Amino acid sequence: MALDSKVPKGPIKDKWTDYKNHIDLVNPANKRHIDIIVVGTGLAGGSAAATLAELGYNVKAFAYQDSPRRAHSIAAQGGINAAKNYQGDGDSTYRLFYDTVKGGDYRSREANVHRLAEVSGNIIDQCVAQGVPFARDYGGLLDNRSFGGVLVSRTFYAKGQTGQQLLLGAYSAMNRQIARGKIEMFNRHEMLDVVKVDGKARGIIARNLITGEIERHSAHAVVIATGGYGNVYFLSTNAMGSNATAAWKIHKKGAYFANPCYTQIHPTCIPRSGDYQSKLTLMSESLRNDGRIWVPAKIEDAQAIQQGKLKPTDLAEEDRDYYLERRYPAFGNLVPRDVASRAAKERCDAGYGVNATGEAVYLDFAAAIQRYGKEQAKIQNIDNPSEGKIYELGQAIVEAKYGNLFQMYEKIVDENPYKTPMMIYPATHYTMGGVWVDYNLMTTVEGLYCIGEANFSDHGANRLGASALMQGLADGYFVLPYTIGDYLSDDIRTGKIPTDTKEFDEAEKEVKGRIDFFINNNGTKSVDHFHKRLGKVMWDKVGMARNEKGLKEAMAEIKAIREEFWKEVKVPGSADEMNTELEKAGRVADFLELGELFAKDALVREESCGGHFREESVELDGPQKGEAKRNDKDFAFVSAWEYKGEPADAVLHKEELEFNDIELKQRSYK
Amino acid sequence: MNLTLKIWRQKDSNAKGQMVDYKVTDISEHMSFLEMMDVLNEQLVNAGEEPVAFDHDCREGICGMCSMYINGEAHGPDRGITTCQLHMRMFNDGDTITIEPFRAAAFPVIKDLVVDRMAFERIQQAGGYISVNTSGNTQDANSLPISKHAADEAMDAATCIGCGACVATCKNSSAMLFVGAKVSQYALLPQGQVEAADRVKNMVAQMDLEGFGNCTNTGACEVECPKGISLENIARMNRELMKANIS
Repeated sequence: MALDSKVPKGPIKDKWTDYKNHIDLVNPANKRHIDIIVVGTGLAGGSAAATLAELGYNVKAFAYQDSPRRAHSIAAQGGINAAKNYQGDGDSTYRLFYDTVKGGDYRSREANVHRLAEVSGNIIDQCVAQGVPFARDYGGLLDNRSFGGVLVSRTFYAKGQTGQQLLLGAYSAMNRQIARGKIEMFNRHEMLDVVKVDGKARGIIARNLITGEIERHSAHAVVIATGGYGNVYFLSTNAMGSNATAAWKIHKKGAYFANPCYTQIHPTCIPRSGDYQSKLTLMSESLRNDGRIWVPAKIEDAQAIQQGKLKPTDLAEEDRDYYLERRYPAFGNLVPRDVASRAAKERCDAGYGVNATGEAVYLDFAAAIQRYGKEQAKIQNIDNPSEGKIYELGQAIVEAKYGNLFQMYEKIVDENPYKTPMMIYPATHYTMGGVWVDYNLMTTVEGLYCIGEANFSDHGANRLGASALMQGLADGYFVLPYTIGDYLSDDIRTGKIPTDTKEFDEAEKEVKGRIDFFINNNGTKSVDHFHKRLGKVMWDKVGMARNEKGLKEAMAEIKAIREEFWKEVKVPGSADEMNTELEKAGRVADFLELGELFAKDALVREESCGGHFREESVELDGPQKGEAKRNDKDFAFVSAWEYKGEPADAVLHKEELEFNDIELKQRSYK
Repeated sequence: MNLTLKIWRQKDSNAKGQMVDYKVTDISEHMSFLEMMDVLNEQLVNAGEEPVAFDHDCREGICGMCSMYINGEAHGPDRGITTCQLHMRMFNDGDTITIEPFRAAAFPVIKDLVVDRMAFERIQQAGGYISVNTSGNTQDANSLPISKHAADEAMDAATCIGCGACVATCKNSSAMLFVGAKVSQYALLPQGQVEAADRVKNMVAQMDLEGFGNCTNTGACEVECPKGISLENIARMNRELMKANIS
């Protein structure tokens, strides 16, 4: 099947407006006869479910947690971007569009990104109307902060809990519709397959996670909003339950999977402390507004620190290497995430890491505390303040800005980050790749939509900070409600979709067959055993730096782990009860396929772009020496993979990317 | 360190539960409490037994899913944290640790340490929102200045993660800290004023219907709340309710 992005004709700034003016609408009386399934209730799914129900559709929403409010969007810390230009610092729709395309290393679809920038301002208006308590200044107006990869302050925030507050906003909108009966909420349910009738998505098979019952649900359209696949690495900043099962199941039923190799390794996470580690914790990128990243300049100092013989506070200023400020003077500590992560890896690989494992760098707030302290002393008319007073005043400001993050760090690491620099290291955080969708956010299966992190569309090969929340809410509040209406306008006479058909029988049989297999397979190894092994291969060979040899090995090793998994996996308990091991088994089985496709995609893309770094493709000389080298001549396309059985047999379809409004340039943050 | 764990095991909501003893060895002080539980579960799976079911998800203290009652305290012996943020350095070698679910009549046990908190959902559905449709035509966000003080106070109330530690801690199983926080967030903001009276009446009525107890101002909820939600929110809710009932 040839890929058609369905991008409307016309100048980029008019596309979305013209599109909305010309689509088919469904009248309110007919919407009452149309059902929509939304799987996942994070920012994308929650906002979509609420908005579709407000419009009058009958929505069935599914979450594996016990409440929509617990989806992992809740953990987003730093903020949400919007081109409001409240700071008067030169921001505009065009600039947000430009920054996002550039930040994504020119691997995203221009028209989608422009639309995202266009609706970004509306998101803030909508959230404020819902009562989201964004941070404000003393005049009562909204405050902004700055994030990596941009030169303006366009990030709105609610302390270090922006994701929580935005999700609670969407959740409150959902609650209003649940109370009206327009959303039927299925908590503690997991989608295990999509059901297609005459080529169109018409329902899902879901498991009730309390009773184990397998349920059939039908609808006129199905929306997947189940987030990313970062847990393919086992260790990531994702929630323990975050999984790719819904996205992978629809891939196996005909939805192409795009750019799986584009994964974001976030530079500022708390380093790993041992083999028992179950997940990694992010420290918000907003910390890079005020924190300075460094390692010792001398290798002997680094070694002394690794052995615990030297403390970071003992090192004089000239013995510290602020490597981001040194390498990237224009953006300094606020370079984009992929650049910051690779730079940390480069220093640690060279032996300059600062903890026992050698895999950590410092994030230091001493300079910020000084700066804020002096500023406060001036504001409060304190003449000749003592060092102690400056520190006290400065610490209060840092605490007001990042207090909850500092507290979180102290609880985990047992060190006071006001007194000694934080230790951080990169960790898997977000996946830019995902299910391929057209301009309407429809997958290659008719009537099957994919929104938020689960799709591939807006962030190219690297996502800028504070843009995930923006995209999730843009898709759910402002894009999908239009595009899905255009599709459903053909369904007003269809009537309710029956579930007692052979399509549902077959899908249910397949799901039950797999569950029975797990329960009856008398293996010898736990699900986590396989998941950890997969994660290690992914991190070592398909992580921050990749090469041909390693990727080929990874494909073979993942295949071998997968074969062993199906022989040796052990799942205690039964199918008709709450069974967390059974839930994990299904998810890991899918990760074991996705991981191989991921490596295959990385192998095919013989260029470095954004989060995908091929060691074979670097600048060899000139001012950018050693930086990642993109290859626009051969690789300015989206890789969309068609399922053909074994992941190694997947067929590549290319969507060529056209850049009419932005000139392709090397991304320079120097 | 080596530990003895006394854990509440209950097959399903209808079964009778009981405390069961387990031993875990070589636990690192750097582990989180849930990582220690992972070790136990891996041990059980390898022995062919059913692992202990417990709720958890983000493991960074924000989703509100984890809910263990450890040595008689919701989320265990540390302050200002959820169960997932509790670390083993709070315990000593040779300790016996008692682990129960969050108990309340309105939170029936589903299995082992997993409880049903749907009562919280229904309370929020009764009025925990502002009635505004998604249109893209709401007024510009900055056309409604809100004093920093009010915005900060609303934010403090809004940080509630809905875990239910307040209910589990309260001798009356009262949910007033939870409901008070939600009522307060909107009561403090101008956007919430239009529906303020109906909101507080409906949410409190639903809370009573769910079988939560009343508040007798003991204040244990505030102490155990992982997010430090203040008792002032209960006072504000009572004020709002009185205002709604007399006007």
